[in-house]
Amino acid sequence: MFQEPIVNEAIAKELGLLPEELDKIRTILGRNPNYTELSIFSVMWSEHCSYKNSIKYLKKLPRKGKHLLVEAGEENAGLVDIGDGWACAFKIESHNHPSAVEPYQGAATGVGGIHRDIFTMGARPVASLNSLRFGKLEDKRTQHLLKGVVKGIGDYGNCFGVPTVAGEVYFDPCYHDNPLVNAMSVGIVRVGETLSATSYGVGNPVYIVGSSTGKDGIHGATFASEELGEDAEEKIPSVQVGDPFQEKLLLEASLELVKTGAIIGMQDMGAAGITCSTSEMSAKGGHGMKIYLDKVPQRQKNMKPFEILLSESQERMLVVVKKGAEKDIEKVFEKWDLHCAIIGEVTEGGMLEYFMHGTPVASVPAEDLVLGGGAPVYDRAFSTPSYHAERDAFDINKIPQPQDLKEVAQKLIAHPNIASKRFIYRQYDSMVGVNNTSTNKPSDAAIIRIKGLKKGLAVTVDCNSKYVHADAYKGGLIAVTEAARNIVCSGATPVAITNCLNFGNPYDPEVYWNFVHALKGMGDACEKFETPVTGGNVSFYNQSPTRAVNPTPTIGMLGIIEDVEKSMSLNFKQAGHLIYMLGTHRNDIASSEYLSLVHDVSLSPAPHFDLEEAHALHSCILALIQDGLVESVHDVSEGGLFVTLLESAMTDDMGFDIHLAADIRKDAYLFGEAQNRVVVSVSPEQRAAFEAKMNIQYSPIGQVTKGAIIIDNQDWGQIKEWKSTYDTSIEKTLGIID
Amino acid sequence: MKFGVVIFPGSNCDQDMVHVLRNVMGCETKELWHKDHDLQGLTTDDCIVLPGGFSYGDYLRCGAIARFSPIMKEVVEFANKGGKVWGICNGFQVLCESGLLPGALLRNNNRLFICQNQYITATTHKSAITEQCEIGKPLNIPIAHAEGRYYCNEETLASLKANDQILFKYCDNHGTIHADSNPNGSLENIAGICNANRNVFGMMPHPERAAESILGNTDGKVLFESLLGILTTV
Repeated sequence: MFQEPIVNEAIAKELGLLPEELDKIRTILGRNPNYTELSIFSVMWSEHCSYKNSIKYLKKLPRKGKHLLVEAGEENAGLVDIGDGWACAFKIESHNHPSAVEPYQGAATGVGGIHRDIFTMGARPVASLNSLRFGKLEDKRTQHLLKGVVKGIGDYGNCFGVPTVAGEVYFDPCYHDNPLVNAMSVGIVRVGETLSATSYGVGNPVYIVGSSTGKDGIHGATFASEELGEDAEEKIPSVQVGDPFQEKLLLEASLELVKTGAIIGMQDMGAAGITCSTSEMSAKGGHGMKIYLDKVPQRQKNMKPFEILLSESQERMLVVVKKGAEKDIEKVFEKWDLHCAIIGEVTEGGMLEYFMHGTPVASVPAEDLVLGGGAPVYDRAFSTPSYHAERDAFDINKIPQPQDLKEVAQKLIAHPNIASKRFIYRQYDSMVGVNNTSTNKPSDAAIIRIKGLKKGLAVTVDCNSKYVHADAYKGGLIAVTEAARNIVCSGATPVAITNCLNFGNPYDPEVYWNFVHALKGMGDACEKFETPVTGGNVSFYNQSPTRAVNPTPTIGMLGIIEDVEKSMSLNFKQAGHLIYMLGTHRNDIASSEYLSLVHDVSLSPAPHFDLEEAHALHSCILALIQDGLVESVHDVSEGGLFVTLLESAMTDDMGFDIHLAADIRKDAYLFGEAQNRVVVSVSPEQRAAFEAKMNIQYSPIGQVTKGAIIIDNQDWGQIKEWKSTYDTSIEKTLGIID
Repeated sequence: MKFGVVIFPGSNCDQDMVHVLRNVMGCETKELWHKDHDLQGLTTDDCIVLPGGFSYGDYLRCGAIARFSPIMKEVVEFANKGGKVWGICNGFQVLCESGLLPGALLRNNNRLFICQNQYITATTHKSAITEQCEIGKPLNIPIAHAEGRYYCNEETLASLKANDQILFKYCDNHGTIHADSNPNGSLENIAGICNANRNVFGMMPHPERAAESILGNTDGKVLFESLLGILTTV
């Protein structure tokens, strides 16, 4: 028989709590907590649930805006008014630690979790995105993780029936031990038909719905809040197992429940399971709950109270229902063959009382458990990263210019950070729902139509962590700006962001310095583009004994396009069209893929960036698209101008004939990553009107060809050869094709 | 012609099909719930669609559980009386599992899920859904499946050929059928077939994903137009 240990400092430490946190718990309860209560506090005060080391800075981000119906932190996800009576709920979340030890289930349950956050608000998910980061692709561990993560995301999303419409994948040695798996869900709902994650009304029944509760994922939130040590493999029981079929039923049932009008509140059971959902809903609604743990349907026999409380079994939800309306909601669950059980009731006051076979096992105040309530808030010390000295020593004049630029270009487009991610995205159903217009009209952001409306959504995820590592403030600015640029290049207006902040151990002052400064950069860019932060998640402890990951604040951005028919695509349309670059050519190769791949320089300053310049560029692009003066628009990012041109050319097997600028280093001209540059193509008939419209710096660089690539009058071959290298590089490295 | 679209638990292309039938093609369309025995007044002049998705989670084997659902009993009876039944993707798998179509859909030969634009071409005019297709003309109809490799034994293949039951084959952008234009390893590039009575159709590609100009692809519309007897303007 399991005997709960007497709680002391050593036990608290085992559950990840500091001695002062144990003291705080004793003060709250006025006594020593028992083991079950300690477990409850340990998960709720874990970094994952409490944001204790980040909330101070998260609150400094701009969180207000004219379109926001629900602000950051108020519900499971932010809610943006998109007009015409509709709203959009969207959020990004990490599942890094589980994916590091069990890539398939780790990634799959990450997808499941973020969709649940969206549909428990009453919104129907219409698009998925993801941002993935791994170590070097040549490495066997990376290949194992990549294949597992991609299959996990695919199998879950494909079965659940929401298209994966966009994403990003990077390979960098800093992610070798700690891959990053960030998943984003975007849903739509009619204004006024949303559900809240709240609980009130004394005597109202509390239901658990969905899968039975098992021993999987116990202490998962705590696991996510520590570094991965050499014993990481032993943490596999902390990883949950996903069932997308069950989730599909939950989705349909949830959206039907909204219509019954019988729901007080609903919340998904993610991290910390029953504990988290009962405490967060109760704290929000200012009530308490009595929960009878033995009534929870269980997968295994003899589960202990703390196991039932902490289980992170997937595809479960907590629903508080108006008393008397039980039949109405049970009918919906029955229709969808979902198990549900009343496990408790709403009480007065704010106490959460848990019972097992009539015996009280824990009694804790809801408010003291949650973020914004009694959960601890820390301000960690930070100091300038010591590696900045090496960065500052970088001098472009010491970097030799390669003789054979074509060879460099070929090497660059075969690099997995630049090459086609076909192996990955082909495994995702990107078309289910028949709303993704980007399948046959590629653009820098995915464009999702909303049936029955003229307008649509534009969505993207972006972060170049190499820039953030080089200069956290500038990198934070660039991450938001690049997302905004992608939205704008597709013809839409940026509206709001969600973010997934992936960092190392917050107790490391240099890691924390990067965190604080990256957030400052993000915040300043969000102010400038009027894109408030609607929520997201913080993932610290992406750190192994050898190193932390690059600071990686992934930005998921939402834009609105007034007329989906008028979205802009990135591909060249016709030979003879003129190619222009908007922005300024610069002698800048800092932090470029070219610099690290060809010259093996991994540390240099962030590339050129200027926020005012970016803002002017975005306004200019939107005006050009609105006036129908451009045929294609594609931004310059990783790999520089050459890669941008190649990507615009490949879709329809076009080519390009360009001339370099005499006063710019050729390598910088072709492969530099100075920010705020965009390539457009213009038909000769529109040339005069286009040039008359321009109010920012730009330069004509050449024209579209039928397939030949010509650089400064040199024949660089045909597009088909380049495309073949670009398309097959990752598959060749994985050994899938010869 | 009216339509009925069956909704199994785990169907996820049902609403896409309902949308195209109702809003694009303008047809009266009923939603048929898997637990019902009621075909809501559909007659053998009408057509029942089994949509794509993961019926019952596709646990055990794709389509293996769906065939035992109450509605399938009615669908089989409806087909046996001559009513038209059209299975797409998971619907094709269900039709093979329930014996309304011969053969089986096996795991793709690369053992991965494949979602992409895919050219197919009609190989016969002699079916309600290919009547107006030009034989040899490539149609871009997307695929999205992990188990779409059509397989049957030699005798079955011989009879499929003898009775002109092969409706679609995977091809390239010129309409040429060869090994490199076969995305999943299907026997002889087969993408779709019909039964001997020519009233039950199954295909892996998704025509409902290629029926609206806003999505940049209307190649799938000719199948719906054939079925409805609407003359296509070529």
